[in-house]
Amino acid sequence: MGKTYTKPAALTDNHTHYCPGCTHGIVHRLVAEAIDELGIQDTTVGIAPVGCAVMAYNYFDCDFQEAAHGRAPAMATGIKRVRPDLNVFTYQGDGDLASIGMGEIMHAANRGEKFTVIFINNAIYGMTGGQMAPTTMPGQRATTAPMGRDTALTGMPLRMANILSQLVTPAYVTRQAVLKPQQVNKAKKAIKKAFQYQVDGTCFSFVEVISTCPTNWGMTPLDALKWAEDTLLPYYELGDYKTPEDEPK
Amino acid sequence: MAKVLMKGNEAIGEAAIRAGCKNYFAYPITPQSEVAEYLAKRLPEEGGCFLQGESEVAVGYMIFGAAGAGERVMTTSSSPGVSLMSEAISYIAAAQCPAVFVNIMRGGPGLGGILPSQGDYFQATKGGGHGDYHLLVLAPDGVQEAVEMTMQAFTLAEKYRNPVMILGDGMIGQMMEPVEFRDDLKSEPSNKDDWASNGMATRGSKKRNLVKSLFLDPTELNKNNLILKAKYEQMRKEEVQYELYNEDTDYQVLITSYGTMSRVCRTAIDMLKEEGIEVAMFRPKTLFPFPEKEVHDAAVKESCKSVISIEMSMGQMVEDVQRCVMGKRPVEFYGECGGEIPTPEKIIEIVKGLI
Ligand SMILES: Cc1ncc(C[n+]2csc(CCOP(=O)(O)OP(=O)(O)O)c2C)c(N)n1
Ligand code: SF4
Repeated sequence: MGKTYTKPAALTDNHTHYCPGCTHGIVHRLVAEAIDELGIQDTTVGIAPVGCAVMAYNYFDCDFQEAAHGRAPAMATGIKRVRPDLNVFTYQGDGDLASIGMGEIMHAANRGEKFTVIFINNAIYGMTGGQMAPTTMPGQRATTAPMGRDTALTGMPLRMANILSQLVTPAYVTRQAVLKPQQVNKAKKAIKKAFQYQVDGTCFSFVEVISTCPTNWGMTPLDALKWAEDTLLPYYELGDYKTPEDEPK
Repeated sequence: MAKVLMKGNEAIGEAAIRAGCKNYFAYPITPQSEVAEYLAKRLPEEGGCFLQGESEVAVGYMIFGAAGAGERVMTTSSSPGVSLMSEAISYIAAAQCPAVFVNIMRGGPGLGGILPSQGDYFQATKGGGHGDYHLLVLAPDGVQEAVEMTMQAFTLAEKYRNPVMILGDGMIGQMMEPVEFRDDLKSEPSNKDDWASNGMATRGSKKRNLVKSLFLDPTELNKNNLILKAKYEQMRKEEVQYELYNEDTDYQVLITSYGTMSRVCRTAIDMLKEEGIEVAMFRPKTLFPFPEKEVHDAAVKESCKSVISIEMSMGQMVEDVQRCVMGKRPVEFYGECGGEIPTPEKIIEIVKGLI
């Protein structure tokens, strides 16, 4: 009997440094599968963020560049503009993309840069030890919000997919999750579609993925999945927010 | 090619194209916006890439991305804009990518003013961004040299896989002078397949390339810093450029000056000569590597009683001059900033005070 499940060619043999139960690993696999299925491994350049995925280049077997905190969309713009034949994707966390890098993502999206953004929303800063992110939920504890996020002081969590879908420039904007097997399958389809739009030269594509950070949420991996399902999903609704086929509003 | 009359900023844009650079990203700021305006028209004509970024922060990384992908790329800016690019410059230096940055300096600190200044000498030569790194810094004294240095910058950036900065000022950007674009300064982009993230298919390889600056292992980081250090040592050996003016005389005073300021000093020296007073000038053309030995040797000439650094700043290059003269002659300073350029008459008065 042949193997039914093998490691994607676009992943290296390295073990990841992600914490047990962290969903970063699932998303890595989905991205690698999409790259494999589209046959674009040798024309792809990934961009690593600053955050837990800072060493993503150790896990993806394709060319990689490493950006500063938040600047991945500008770096991707630079690559894609001078080499439109390459497939470029950024992989960014919520602190990276929605806080320090807000300007870069808004403008890259608005210009309709033809690259793909994988946006990991785990409602916290993972790498630096659990500080508040722009996506942290009201009342959610973080090391810099020890009593829970007070929205009177810090505003409401940013819904990046909703915000970017307001831009007029055609784009594929979707929010997915990887908390349950059905969601993982859907996320896979979305990620592949996002890369397909790029291969076709159609549009900027953005996949927000609701993820977990059991370590900094102070939960077991299973509790983290449940907490994300119960707390994050009602606020961060899943689904396609914009497709290139939509009429501009 | 015949000489053409061009504004400095436009000439810099044209020089980049002639040098073989087809990619330019920038954000407008006075007094250099004409480079972007010029290239917005010219680059599409050449089949190149022009993009106005949303900020200098973003532009720094557009440059990094393009350079990391193995393409020739340039940006231009002025002082506050270069401050914003400093983050990217540090990353680019660490990741060893070639890129050309032009700083047409204006008065600072802060929002300062829009007139010429040399207030960014420290920033350009001593850092600006974080960490141990250097840029190769070229300082033109006019439009012709700005053109030549811009063209040379791409070759140097690729030779060292390091960012190169052209440090001009608002005067050079705004004035018009006849210029010639020398064909011999054209160069082919070097082959970057060994390191650039230009896609495995491009180089027909199964081995991926990583462009990065993260080295969590201290021995690895130290190793990377030692590689950078070795490059800076090589620059010190191979790239020093300078000019000596009126040095064949028994000069009593040695002026050190660079860029636009040096042209005023030259006029003052000529006027002093008519009065029978001999003064020489040492003009570094590379601010990093600084012509350390050469300025020292010029200062210790027997007839030379003192050295004075004349700058459009509150005193920055003078610290390098002092360092190199090593106390063997007194080193004085005179400078003005805010957009005022010291006149030849003022310089004559200052120099006479030293005799
Ligand atoms: C300019 C800059 N500021 C701050 C940091 C420190 N820093 C590193 S990772 C990080 C947060 C990353 O969080 P996120 O993007 O949410 O990714 P995660 O770790 O959760 O995957 C911060 C603030 C940095 N490296 N650079
Ligand atoms: S800190 Fe959180 S996001 Fe980072 S690897 Fe661990 S669980 Fe994942």
